[in-house]
Amino acid sequence: MPIRFDHVSYEYPSEDSPVLAVKDVSLDIEDGSFVCICGENGSGKSTLAKLINGLLQPTKGEVTVDGATTSTEEESELFAIRQKVGMVFQNPDNQMIASIIEDEIAFGPENLGVPREEIEERITYALEAVGMSEHRHHTPYKLSGGQKQRIAIASVLAMRPEVLVLDESTAMLDPKGRKEVLKVAHELNNQHITIILITHFMEEAAQADRVIVMNRGEIVMDDVPQKIFSDREKLERYDLELPVVDEIASELIEAGIPIPSQIYGESELAEAIWRSK
Amino acid sequence: MAIEIKDLSYTYSPRTPYAATALRNVDFTIEEGVFLGIIGKTGSGKSTFIQHLNALIKLQSGSIKVMDIDLTAKKPDLKRLRGTVGMVMQYPEYQLFDETVEKDVAFGPKNLSLSEEEIKGRVREAITLVGLDFNEVRDRSPFELSGGQKRRVAIAGVIAMRPKILILDEPTAGLDPQGKKEILSLIRRLKETTSPTVIIISHDMDAVAEECDQVALFSEGKLAAFASPEEIFYNDELLAETEMDVPSVVKIAKELKKRGANIEGRPVKKAELIERIKRWRDE
Repeated sequence: MPIRFDHVSYEYPSEDSPVLAVKDVSLDIEDGSFVCICGENGSGKSTLAKLINGLLQPTKGEVTVDGATTSTEEESELFAIRQKVGMVFQNPDNQMIASIIEDEIAFGPENLGVPREEIEERITYALEAVGMSEHRHHTPYKLSGGQKQRIAIASVLAMRPEVLVLDESTAMLDPKGRKEVLKVAHELNNQHITIILITHFMEEAAQADRVIVMNRGEIVMDDVPQKIFSDREKLERYDLELPVVDEIASELIEAGIPIPSQIYGESELAEAIWRSK
Repeated sequence: MAIEIKDLSYTYSPRTPYAATALRNVDFTIEEGVFLGIIGKTGSGKSTFIQHLNALIKLQSGSIKVMDIDLTAKKPDLKRLRGTVGMVMQYPEYQLFDETVEKDVAFGPKNLSLSEEEIKGRVREAITLVGLDFNEVRDRSPFELSGGQKRRVAIAGVIAMRPKILILDEPTAGLDPQGKKEILSLIRRLKETTSPTVIIISHDMDAVAEECDQVALFSEGKLAAFASPEEIFYNDELLAETEMDVPSVVKIAKELKKRGANIEGRPVKKAELIERIKRWRDE
């Protein structure tokens, strides 16, 4: 079991009013799974993500990655965890440092002291995995948002992680860029890399193995996407936006039109409406 | 007429090996009182286009008239232009800079040679209009507010200029569903109160279909179409050519029609579709 949260709480330090962002969360994430963590702003989903690789350390409870605790003072132990659990963040422009893409990707492994030849191999592998091989010698600045995020993912892959955490990495992208990044995430998952996707786009959750919904620092739903999507009352309560197609389905059901409550896309909804007459 | 654009073209880094043409012969008129949606793929020229409308980009060729301000004039009245056209950029919260919300919002109006009293009044009004409690936030640092609140403060800074035309580039990008709903309803409110003409750039086709009464579709620097949402989202050939997605409502309506359901007209809004499905079922 690579990732385990055992009664984890996290309180952001503040002089006047400390904020309890994650409250007593216990959770196991299985190897090779594709988990989506959803919730409105301030629900604690990003704090949860940062607790996974020790960017934040629990103020109560314990997070372990392959049995190793993130609550350690030892830099080398934290380093080992961060090598296993890579993170990609929201703003692609804040994550680029080098002026040539291959240098950008070499940055992590170079710091690990990986020999030059192996670095070359890792760059080749990482760029191939995100479909950006032809950009190896270019500058990252002229890329689209989706391409930049794919480079950010490649930089993480060069560390040979077992887990990839995408912390709202699709939030600032256009629809095309979002699709590109999601496609890469699913391909990596097929290669048995565990994917943890933090998002507020419910469409993205539809493809996950498991969806965890956070609200006010707590896990309030944890199930397969179909089950989550069909519990409309709860979704509304936690301010999660259904994909428009599910909203329409929901309103039609309310209007007394007999269609199933679990719908997967426009075409299926149209078919259900067609049959309902 | 609010804005008249004639034969507008623009090339970045002209006469260099890096020259890139961003706009080609764009020609159309935006009437007063419309809610215009500008759509198109990334790199289609949308942002370059709107930056022309308050002279953030200097005209290279063609002409633009905003209300009665002629941007081809030797010295266009930029001060008046920027009081007329309010521009909310992408992620405007990154542009907040002052130490208090009140000072930040007052920055624009201070450049308009208004009296101290007038500025105070406008700032209070703008902050209230975007749905924040003036007394509660005026002395706070804009940086300690939530993401959605920051975006409202940034919009207040534009509203305090009392622009007749309000332009917003991707106003809901990066917001959660609640934040998105709030910003869209704020834009509707501003259209009714301060800024009768609204132009938004958006990748969210569902939102464009719900909110806009006209759509300008850009593709490779050209204005590929300028029409009602119905005309654009039911023109399959145009959509394929410009690689545009369609709103879910339209996808469902097309699928139903394909199966032979008698869905009347060309619904683009959720409520229209639901109403027409009901009517068809009751036939």
